[in-house]
Amino acid sequence: MSAPAKVGFPKAVYTRPESLVDVKSHFCPGCHHGTIHKIVAECIDRYGLREKTIGVACVGCAVFLYDYIDVDVVESPHGRAPAVATGVKRAQPDKFVFTYQGDGDLAAIGTSEIIHAANRGENLTVVFVNNTTYGMTGGQMAPTTMLGQKTSTTPYGRDFRSDGYPIRMAELLAGLEGTAYSARVAVSTPAQIRKAKESVRKAFEMQINGMGLSIVEFLSTCPTNWGMKPLDAQKRVLGEMSEYFPLGVFKERKQADFA
Amino acid sequence: MSAPPASPSKRILTKGNEAICLGAVAAGCRHYYGYPITPQNDIPEYMAAHLPELGGTFLQAESEVATINFILGTSASGKRVMTSSSGPGISLMQEGLSYMAGSELPAVIVNISRSGPGLGGIAPSQGDYFQAVKGGGHGGYRLIVLAPHSVQEMYTLTMLAFDLADKYRTPAMILGDAIVGQMKEPFVASPYDPASTVEKPWALTGCAGRERRNVKSLHLKDNAIEVHNWKLYEKYERIRKDEARAESYMLDGATIAIVAFGTAARVSKTAIQWARKEGIAAGMLRPITLFPFPGREVFELARKVDVLLVIEMNTGQMVEDVRQCTPLHDRIAFLGKPCAMPTPEEILERIRQLAGRKG
Ligand SMILES: Cc1ncc(C[n+]2csc(CCOP(=O)(O)OP(=O)(O)O)c2C)c(N)n1
Ligand code: SF4
Repeated sequence: MSAPAKVGFPKAVYTRPESLVDVKSHFCPGCHHGTIHKIVAECIDRYGLREKTIGVACVGCAVFLYDYIDVDVVESPHGRAPAVATGVKRAQPDKFVFTYQGDGDLAAIGTSEIIHAANRGENLTVVFVNNTTYGMTGGQMAPTTMLGQKTSTTPYGRDFRSDGYPIRMAELLAGLEGTAYSARVAVSTPAQIRKAKESVRKAFEMQINGMGLSIVEFLSTCPTNWGMKPLDAQKRVLGEMSEYFPLGVFKERKQADFA
Repeated sequence: MSAPPASPSKRILTKGNEAICLGAVAAGCRHYYGYPITPQNDIPEYMAAHLPELGGTFLQAESEVATINFILGTSASGKRVMTSSSGPGISLMQEGLSYMAGSELPAVIVNISRSGPGLGGIAPSQGDYFQAVKGGGHGGYRLIVLAPHSVQEMYTLTMLAFDLADKYRTPAMILGDAIVGQMKEPFVASPYDPASTVEKPWALTGCAGRERRNVKSLHLKDNAIEVHNWKLYEKYERIRKDEARAESYMLDGATIAIVAFGTAARVSKTAIQWARKEGIAAGMLRPITLFPFPGREVFELARKVDVLLVIEMNTGQMVEDVRQCTPLHDRIAFLGKPCAMPTPEEILERIRQLAGRKG
């Protein structure tokens, strides 16, 4: 029998990003945290930042950032990641510094820290994951919870008369002078994932070019606490969530034009 | 506002608050973050004026909550970093201090304390003793607490605070008040002589050429948090054993021994000199470290004297630690003033009473 002909594998079109640690994910099925981690890792690779990055992990489902992204990571108290990142960046201006925060983290307890870091034009990148609920603590109301949405602390649905309105952070932060870049993206379809990656790249470039604070808000799922199947959760993001939280770029600084 | 001294070892006349800044700069601190509060504003003002020219960073935060987290980030970067505040601001820092103790991050925190609780007043006080030495924030931790009583010590103890914080990887606090902060006296800006040079192999500097590092306080796996707590406990025990400091003042043959720290001790020295002139054998043990508390010294002293007179600018906080150090509770007397400095006359009067004499 003659030796089998050498079959060449097709050229790999997709590989695991180098900055993503090869471990099993602890996130729930259908949760977007994992996809968002991957996008961040890919952008770290793209700009060759792995050895000069310091990540700031928050409190919430994403606290285990250090188990997934192969860079130095400091953990911050709930909501304080932009302040911790400020301390890191001021001490090491040559390093690439990013925070990774949930909506409870950034839009509730940490509102003051994010607004002031943005207003100072702190040269940082913020990855903001909006899943309209508190994931880790079991699905309570977040500042981003939609009107009518039932959560464990809005059992009759969020009512603006008692609970206020869902807050649009990307728009709010775009209004601040020190913000260099603010965008909202989603990762529910391959096309959205490509766009999201583009936004994260922009956000990285803003920091690399010393432009000020850049933030990318991700519309994300929490099938577990929404009580939905993963596919229905995707539909919710594509439907009611992106209606209230429009995708797009709300601010993009063209040059370092602080005056 | 005086610039950092060109030639060290020169006597300079300055305020206590400024001496803290000189000590910090001498010890290599180039990062300061803070938020204004009376009576410590000279410190951020000095740092704002001088750190930029030294190639450092001054940043005024939006709150003390943010301040302590700037500190956390800079400390995790392996740099010497300091903040200062007063009671209400220190309360807001407790969250971050607990995280820093848990994450084993060094920093120097200055509390030029005022009267509380609540907004209280801006009068000098030692009402923050419990908060400083019992941890303050959640979870059960300790701060190294140093209590200067002179401008000279505001300088030297700040340098020591940086060394101890680095040596034990834990935040250290300078506990002062408006009087030591605002008073001016000449002091010698002795050169900084590091107690030990501490490498920081844990610092987050980007993982070039090495494995990634984490600085964190969350421990969820198995019994990791219990292991971590015992590790911290052992560290605090080492600090207790090796770092307690106290000054003995005129204790030879003393029958009445004052126990006081900071400004209360400063004033007591005058009263002790007056008492000695009247033939009353008074002296003082002055804790310089409040954590670790000089417990052995208090224990020995209580056996030798007739009375331990604890003097504090509060209604009695350190006196509880003094009681813990000796079973001879009937020998302990207390003089407290919550929101003012006790005068030497008041202290002398109390000494006379305890000595059974009329003034
Ligand atoms: C000071 C403080 N308050 C409350 C908590 C409890 N807590 C942990 S995670 C969390 C909510 C996190 O929600 P989010 O930021 O939206 O992240 P997610 O879990 O959804 O990814 C809360 C309230 C805490 N750790 N610290
Ligand atoms: S609880 Fe929600 S946010 Fe957390 S991992 Fe599960 S799905 Fe994701």
